[in-house]
Amino acid sequence: MHFEYFIEGGNFAEAGSTSSQVKKTLKQLNVDGTVIKRTVVALYEAEVNIVAHAYSGKITVELDEEKIDIKIVDEGPGIPDIKRAMEIGYSTASPEVREMGFGAGMGLSNMKNNSDKLNITSTVGKGTEVEIINYFHL
Amino acid sequence: MNDVFHHALKFREDLCIGCSHCMNICPTEAIRVRHGKAHLQANRCVDCGECYRICPVGAIIVEQDDFENIYKYQTRIALLPSVFTGQFPNSISHTAIRSALHELGFTHVYEVEEGVEFLSDQFHQYIREKKTPRPLISPFCPAIVRLIQVKFPTLVNHIILLKAPLDITALNARQNLTEQGINPEEIGIFYITPCAAKIVAVKSPVGEQESVIDGVINMNYLYNKVRKIISHHRGADPLPEIPALNAKSVCWSLTHGESDHHEKGRSLAIDEINNVTEFLEKVENDEIKGIDFLELRACDESCAGGVLCPGNRFLTVNKMRERTSINPILSGIDNKGTLSYSSDRQKFLTDNMRIDPILPRSILKLDDDVAEAMVKMKRIYELNRILPQVDCGICGSPTCKSLSEDVVQDQADIKQCIFIQKILEQNEKLDIWESIKIMREIWSDNKLDKNSLKDEINIIN
Repeated sequence: MHFEYFIEGGNFAEAGSTSSQVKKTLKQLNVDGTVIKRTVVALYEAEVNIVAHAYSGKITVELDEEKIDIKIVDEGPGIPDIKRAMEIGYSTASPEVREMGFGAGMGLSNMKNNSDKLNITSTVGKGTEVEIINYFHL
Repeated sequence: MNDVFHHALKFREDLCIGCSHCMNICPTEAIRVRHGKAHLQANRCVDCGECYRICPVGAIIVEQDDFENIYKYQTRIALLPSVFTGQFPNSISHTAIRSALHELGFTHVYEVEEGVEFLSDQFHQYIREKKTPRPLISPFCPAIVRLIQVKFPTLVNHIILLKAPLDITALNARQNLTEQGINPEEIGIFYITPCAAKIVAVKSPVGEQESVIDGVINMNYLYNKVRKIISHHRGADPLPEIPALNAKSVCWSLTHGESDHHEKGRSLAIDEINNVTEFLEKVENDEIKGIDFLELRACDESCAGGVLCPGNRFLTVNKMRERTSINPILSGIDNKGTLSYSSDRQKFLTDNMRIDPILPRSILKLDDDVAEAMVKMKRIYELNRILPQVDCGICGSPTCKSLSEDVVQDQADIKQCIFIQKILEQNEKLDIWESIKIMREIWSDNKLDKNSLKDEINIIN
């Protein structure tokens, strides 16, 4: 099964809506609660990243019997140093974003902790591509 | 675990007019209309009582124990929640209410909130010990516990596994009387309930084998009886004084009643079931940071808004708050907090206040098997796309989405949709008599009787 969602940069009020939709789907599929939780947490972080840093983004969800494969492609500034961005506490979020309770520098590491496979590629000045894969059974 | 769940809400077919109000308001989409009557899907219902509230003809009733049941016991304890007192004007003393209960046949009256001080300490200790997950969720409202079980299966481990004040007080009362030499088998404990969910919590508790409560009396029923006695100035026979409660304990069942016992800024109180659902979505996404404790209640204004409370919920809250600030002798409230249990009793209660882990029982899953669920989901998306998204309920299911789900689960036919019928009729794929037959099956022959409007037909035209 295949779903697509579009995310608007800067729209914090809507951050989390894709995660909620995907969560509902996984619940209907009777996927294990722990897997749902991990997936939703990772996806929510990705969603917030687009809202906080990028101009726009597209989330593609691919589901089969074994796994969920989420691709998050944004148009934005890109990440110059992915390794550093993965470090806990590292953040380039603006003070305004931090004031809203986001941008604590936990995003990418939290995503890594909550996904079975995580691939991040980025081009500075163009955008970032994130792929999260979680398996239903380990 | 049983597949069929006990519910306090019963639908009376003889009274139901098939208006579908209940189906449209149900927060878990647990009601369908078939043959002109509302039908409850037991596994989806959380006993919130919204259907009872909205039913225009009183066809939904709340099951209760026969009042005469109290006479099965020689020692008859009434467990009185503070919202019961809040139904009465503050000019009526707490003692008068208790005396009236005495006259009605109860030998002892215990206040439910007596257990609060002890429980509150246990809550703090529990929260200190259990560092994850966060936020922890109060187990106080049984409708919320069930809502989490059916709609938020990933959050069941957030629920605090401790009993409610009601159970603590009941345990303590039974212990008190047993120590006084009364045969435990002759003690009957009856809870005066403000809602349907508490009845179910007593009759088929979650996380416990059996409740310590022996029976339940509906608050609106008992209110009328007590009111009558007081208005006749009977019931002067006073009961022995009971320990005074502090104001904070008395307000436990109101909104903020629990959260006020916790650190400001790290606890949150939310009432009304749709508000709770909205917030739990966020908790499930892990969006909520820095909150340790959630007080969640199914009713607006919490227990003051219980479906069995006769009084207006806002006035009840106001009266209760006022009562806490007036004469302690009159109100039975003492801000000093004089209540304390002996150390033996504390140990006994501590040993008996845990409940078993709460298991999820998701109503959202389409099939136990992921592959099968996926096939069904695809079909639901296909069907839902052709439906009008009006959510009119004419098909007998609450929404277009729920009709597509019912169809896929073999519980409905897509031709129940009136828009689909009209499209098929235009294409000569459905005979008008066939579609009338379908409508009759949903809404009964009566509602679609050809001859029923014979005289009025001119008015319509």
